[in-house]
Amino acid sequence: MSADLSRRRFLKVLAGSAGALVVGLPLAEARADDAPLPPGLLGDDYRSLGAFVRIDADGAVLIGTRDPETGTGGATAVARIIADELDADWQRVAVLPLGLGVQNRDGQPAWTYGHQRGGAGETVPAAWADLRQAGALARWLLLQAAARQLGVPADQLRAQSGLVIAPDGRRLGYGALAAAAAKVAPPPAPVPVKQPERYALIGQPAGDADARAIVTGQLRFASDHRFAEELVAVLSHCPWPDGTLAAIDTAATLAVKGVVKVVQLRPEPSQPLGQTVLAPAVAVLAEDTWAALQGRDKLKLDWKPGPSGGENSADLEQQAVALLDDKTAAAVRVRNDGDVDAAGKKAARRLEASYVLPWLAHATPEPMNCLVRLEKDRATLVVPTQAPQQAWTVVRRLTGLAPEQIRIQVPRVGGGYGRRLDHDYVAEAVLLAQAAGRPVRLLWTRGEDLAHDVYRPGSAHKISAVVDRKRNVIAWTQRTASASALARRGVPDDRLWTSEVAADQLPAGLVPSYRSDWCALQSAIPRGAQRGMPHLSNAFAVESFVDELAHAMKEDPLDTRLRLLGEPRQVALGDGHVLDTGRLLNVLRLVADRIGWKQNWLHSVNGLGLACWRIGDAYVAHAIEAALDGNDLRIRRAVCAVDVGRVINPTGLEGQVAGATLDALGTALNLGVTFKDGRIQQHSYRDYPLAGMAQLPREVEVIVVPGENLPPSGASFLAMPTAAPALANAVFRVSAVRVRRLPLMRELLRML
Amino acid sequence: MAQAQGVPAEPAGRIVPEPVRAGIELEINGERYRHTGDPSMPLLWYLRDVLRLTGTKYGGDHSGADLVLVDGKAVPALAQPMAALAGRRVVTVEGLAGADGSLHPLQQAFVDEDAIGCGYCTPGWLIAGVELLNRKPRPSDEDIDQLPVLCRCGCHARVRRAIKRAANGGKA
Ligand code: FES
Repeated sequence: MSADLSRRRFLKVLAGSAGALVVGLPLAEARADDAPLPPGLLGDDYRSLGAFVRIDADGAVLIGTRDPETGTGGATAVARIIADELDADWQRVAVLPLGLGVQNRDGQPAWTYGHQRGGAGETVPAAWADLRQAGALARWLLLQAAARQLGVPADQLRAQSGLVIAPDGRRLGYGALAAAAAKVAPPPAPVPVKQPERYALIGQPAGDADARAIVTGQLRFASDHRFAEELVAVLSHCPWPDGTLAAIDTAATLAVKGVVKVVQLRPEPSQPLGQTVLAPAVAVLAEDTWAALQGRDKLKLDWKPGPSGGENSADLEQQAVALLDDKTAAAVRVRNDGDVDAAGKKAARRLEASYVLPWLAHATPEPMNCLVRLEKDRATLVVPTQAPQQAWTVVRRLTGLAPEQIRIQVPRVGGGYGRRLDHDYVAEAVLLAQAAGRPVRLLWTRGEDLAHDVYRPGSAHKISAVVDRKRNVIAWTQRTASASALARRGVPDDRLWTSEVAADQLPAGLVPSYRSDWCALQSAIPRGAQRGMPHLSNAFAVESFVDELAHAMKEDPLDTRLRLLGEPRQVALGDGHVLDTGRLLNVLRLVADRIGWKQNWLHSVNGLGLACWRIGDAYVAHAIEAALDGNDLRIRRAVCAVDVGRVINPTGLEGQVAGATLDALGTALNLGVTFKDGRIQQHSYRDYPLAGMAQLPREVEVIVVPGENLPPSGASFLAMPTAAPALANAVFRVSAVRVRRLPLMRELLRML
Repeated sequence: MAQAQGVPAEPAGRIVPEPVRAGIELEINGERYRHTGDPSMPLLWYLRDVLRLTGTKYGGDHSGADLVLVDGKAVPALAQPMAALAGRRVVTVEGLAGADGSLHPLQQAFVDEDAIGCGYCTPGWLIAGVELLNRKPRPSDEDIDQLPVLCRCGCHARVRRAIKRAANGGKA
């Protein structure tokens, strides 16, 4: 756990060349030329440091960040946390992705920076737990150095925005103190971190640290990197992951000028999904991308389906629905509070409804790619990954190199959403570099990306509730059927449900009898993690159903929700999880007030919809206003309130909340993956139409609950789950059509 | 080698008569280039592989990440064969800032509004937005609705604000 990091390791202080002060985690026995750090920026000494902060003689501050930045603002937030402890001048701070930190401990990897993972909501909480120390220690050293130079005790000095200031007004810049500070003996015990009232950057707005490089086109994503002597590889994957290549004719391909080689790839059946090639493939390697693409067009391939060639998404959906209705079907009991059967006998009213969620692709803006150079005793990779340690595992297995001989750089990533927790494309690139004997730059085309993903599985959810005479929900049953995203990943059968449904999701803990069952479906279509799972699908079902309950009871859905949540209190949900109904009520009331719920819900010609949810220690609610003009659905307003505890960067948080809202709305409106005879039917953005400006609300009104007394929570996908049900509830108000199946537009147009 | 195709063309206005040379001459971000490779190569790969101008991104057909200005019009670089570009003036995201490094007002507005998620589609938004502002200095919401860029990070609302800010002389 990263929380233990600061206790297990000591921070290390170095005197850098040219009078710099460097504080970081020590990186034992690393060779200077093995460092995962760009030498131009760092100079020699810093290569032996892990997550670090460096103060140069000219006052410039460089902060290394360990978790991949996938666009969730984590790198900026982490740098702000460290810079605040340091009392740095933010204008002088630059942020640098560290890449993978790995050392050789008796042939086994030792992870220099602890856990490294991006886009999974862990970056900020983990940094809060351990990285503040690096900034605090650097500041302490600078103050000690200043004390000696000024002849004033350190505790009478204060640090502010890159300066040490004495009581008599004398000032020394950090740059001028850096060399002396590097010679100060570090304290025996950890330096205390700041009290919140002293925060200068935390809680203040800041734009993305890479903004200038991005808007000028200078920022280099992994796919923008090049190696000398590289070959470009593009792929044609078999339509079926378990298919085979019956015949191949490469003559026309090899005749294309610039094409060098054609290589076949096969999945290794012994390997878990995500660590080997996803489906058999033929790669064309060429001197440039255009030659490779032309060569691929001229391949004559005869693929034969495997058993998955019989699969259809429509059949699978029918099976799911049948499982929900079949009380004798085998199911995993996810949660069982009270006695739903006994409660059912006291029913004043009972309601039941089923919801169907589609399969989804990731459609990362930057398609899968990987740059590899293999040498006798070294592998160098540039990988757009969310999990560099998992990428390392794949490279290690395929090359047999020692832990520290594998160097992985992770520049800013063009979107992750869970796709880049898997590394099939890294396996492909390494195998191709081995076959080619030259560096390889692998690039997936969009068609390959959409048709060969690890998809979010579709699911069906059946909910029934029992309501007593006072309109209290006394029993709640949810049955979920899906093909687990954890299958074929070494996860035991009795844990496969964990990617599909959460044991403590709403309204667990709020109703005396609650039962949740999960039924497994089988499918050979590859599946994996997706942003917001399992909340995205479950919140749609649950929060739509609460709206249906309100309608059945002929009352305002806000009142139904308020009654369900009850008094502000802490509800223990088991496994140490707690539902704070006060925080949930608060976000719900905030969005209701902002959208003018009490005035408008009944009277507006437009439809208003609500939804609320909890993920871990963070709370979210949406209110949506939708208008319908003929067949034209317009989202007039989208309001989102979040409570994430302490806010590091309000600008970054607002961007994440607005972005997740729009992503979730666009997904709910338009997107679904289907397969027929085992073939994915979506091959371009025409078949998988991400929503454009016109379909989305013009603004997302974001309300952030101040949470100074609580540690920060990850927020990158918090605003996803409630957007779609709030939209469906608004659509119901405006159209009287209850959409129980996504994507919404297709269903709405069918039912209107 | 691919790089050999990317040499800048001879400066204009030379007195010495030259033999006619094969190739496609075009201007990119104010520099003249002659492409002597496959005329059917899409501009995107010429930019990225030959010139190493990697600001214009590959996102697939209709992604919008590959938009460039050709004679002032925003078009996908993936759909422009080099053969169609003889004598044309191309501007990529790298060419939007001034020679002194000063940002284009829309670039500055993107920074000020933090209209950035992962940043992969951002060059596309910028090119589409610059074309719109050139065409219509005070664009309406309906004009902005037409921008042909896909963004999974959901930056649409902030991009809209940035375009309005740029149209408003940099003020929110
Ligand atoms: S910023 Fe990531 S896709 Fe637009």
